[in-house]
Amino acid sequence: MNVTTEQMRRERIDRGIKVRSDGLYALMSWRELSYLMTPRTILIVGMLCLPLLMPGAYWQRVMSIVCIYAFLAVGFDFLAHYVGLVSLGGAFFIGVGGYFSAILNTTFGLPPLVAIPMATIAGAVLSTILLLPCLPLRGVYFAIVTLMYPLFAARLIEAFDMLGGTDGIMGLDSFPNPMLEQYFIIGMLLMMLFAMRRLVNTDLGLVFRAVKDNDQAVRASAMNVTFYKALAVFIGSLMGCLAGACLAHIYMWSGISQFALDFSILPIAATVIGGSGTLVGPLIGCLILVPASELLRDFGTLRIAFYSLILVGFIVFRSDGIMSWGQRKYEQFERWKKI
Amino acid sequence: MEILIYGTINSVALALYALGFAMVYGVSRLPNFAHGALYVLSGFITWTVLNTLGLNYFLSILVSFAATAIIGALIYQFVLIRIRGMEISEIIASYAIALAILEGMRWAGFKGMNYTLPVFIEGSTTIAGVTVDVHRLIVVAAGTALFGLLWVFTRYTRIGLALRGMAQDERAALMLGIDSDVMAVVAMGMGSLMAAMAAALLLPLGNIVVESGYNVLILAIAVCIVGGIGSWGGAVLAAFIIGFAQILTVVFIGPHFQQVVALFAIIITLILKPSGLFGQQKELEERV
Repeated sequence: MNVTTEQMRRERIDRGIKVRSDGLYALMSWRELSYLMTPRTILIVGMLCLPLLMPGAYWQRVMSIVCIYAFLAVGFDFLAHYVGLVSLGGAFFIGVGGYFSAILNTTFGLPPLVAIPMATIAGAVLSTILLLPCLPLRGVYFAIVTLMYPLFAARLIEAFDMLGGTDGIMGLDSFPNPMLEQYFIIGMLLMMLFAMRRLVNTDLGLVFRAVKDNDQAVRASAMNVTFYKALAVFIGSLMGCLAGACLAHIYMWSGISQFALDFSILPIAATVIGGSGTLVGPLIGCLILVPASELLRDFGTLRIAFYSLILVGFIVFRSDGIMSWGQRKYEQFERWKKI
Repeated sequence: MEILIYGTINSVALALYALGFAMVYGVSRLPNFAHGALYVLSGFITWTVLNTLGLNYFLSILVSFAATAIIGALIYQFVLIRIRGMEISEIIASYAIALAILEGMRWAGFKGMNYTLPVFIEGSTTIAGVTVDVHRLIVVAAGTALFGLLWVFTRYTRIGLALRGMAQDERAALMLGIDSDVMAVVAMGMGSLMAAMAAALLLPLGNIVVESGYNVLILAIAVCIVGGIGSWGGAVLAAFIIGFAQILTVVFIGPHFQQVVALFAIIITLILKPSGLFGQQKELEERV
């Protein structure tokens, strides 16, 4: 019996610099500091430069749309991978935020920069209240119900012919100038992104993750699961409603097409492609997917089919996404090892 | 009387939509969001075979049955089986497949109102003073026959019993020599076949439009949730509840609200009794 079956496996080990810069020692040298700062700086500077690098007004507009989707995607990622609530109804948040902002702007005459924050908060409160009955549900059930919400809202608006009916609310004020629009949205996005990253590492974030992993344990610790879920939905819908409010002012219009499927499916695709559970990944996914879908605009609805297929491919074969892959390469090295 | 007759027809239609979805979810716990897409796809296959290849209507329906069942089984075998058990991925992947199928068809030119299938038998009769198309009566008869056949199939054939075994307890079924992967593929194929059957029966009543894929999915889910997942009797009862509720709303409130009824039914059921009217699952597993 002289058969040798020598097998190798790949071993991943954290880089020394990653380990050194994990704790307080990061402050010891510029090298460690720059190791920590580089990815963040690239992200922030890159995002801030993007509007300047775009060739024309059309692509600048596309960048705003990227950020709109990124809000939704980050919200989806937070709800799905940190709280365990898979919300397929991103469009609902967009619609609620958009309509609120439209009403505040056209009826009460508030300028966009006042109407947007108010619409964000009011919309998030309303979304949370409306979703409250479904919060005890888990997994598939919650996903199904949230999928219904945008459809439900669109049908109700159609049926009652309220809020402008099928025409929507027209004649909203746009942002004072395009640069302000861009930087307002990008600034809010970066702020939200880093706030979220910080939030998931606080005690509250810990509770959220506990709700996802084992909600019975949370209940056994005398914490109200539904309360924490409601809080998470509030945070998630804040981002969705902010996106919706901005979108309404960008297009100067708010209508039932804001409850359309696009706003539900694209952020999910972006999250899966960018890397689920990383919070930055969804933004990267949006930066890839939204311009790609603009380029594919000539193909009409085929582009939805196209990115659905990409989505299926990623979810089946590369379910960790770009960001997780990049993070692994950045933080760890690999070597082959005999078993 | 009108309400009674049209309510029954509508309820049978709803039950037909839901049957395939209930089967797939019951057996392999896979919420098949591509169900509506398969329904519409089968309609277009029938239309294409009938009008392009010029086959007999009956034969083209059979072709679409076979094609849809095979497509469903292939989708499961090559895509969904790899992410089995990961709920989030299952929902997203099957939903993405549905979108790919539906939007792909829209791109291929299947849009507008000019795609219709002929009814089986033209004409209408009068029952108790109400005029009803013969085709609608065929739907009710065929639907009832299908439920009967399915009942016999799941109780008196080996495959049917294996499917029920899987649905009840997968591990025990595995120990008794039932290959759960094969059975899940079979279930998905049969679920798709039922979507195709529903399409063959119901599409001649209207136009074949891509949008109906989403509606069928929503109605199927509504019926399954209200009836309780894993309980086919419950699904049929729920189909009747929602079906009559819809007709009553159309008659007394307005046709706009027909869709809203299904959504309301889901939300109310999920809040009051998440395992459905006849759900066999423990409530604790579904809600906290």
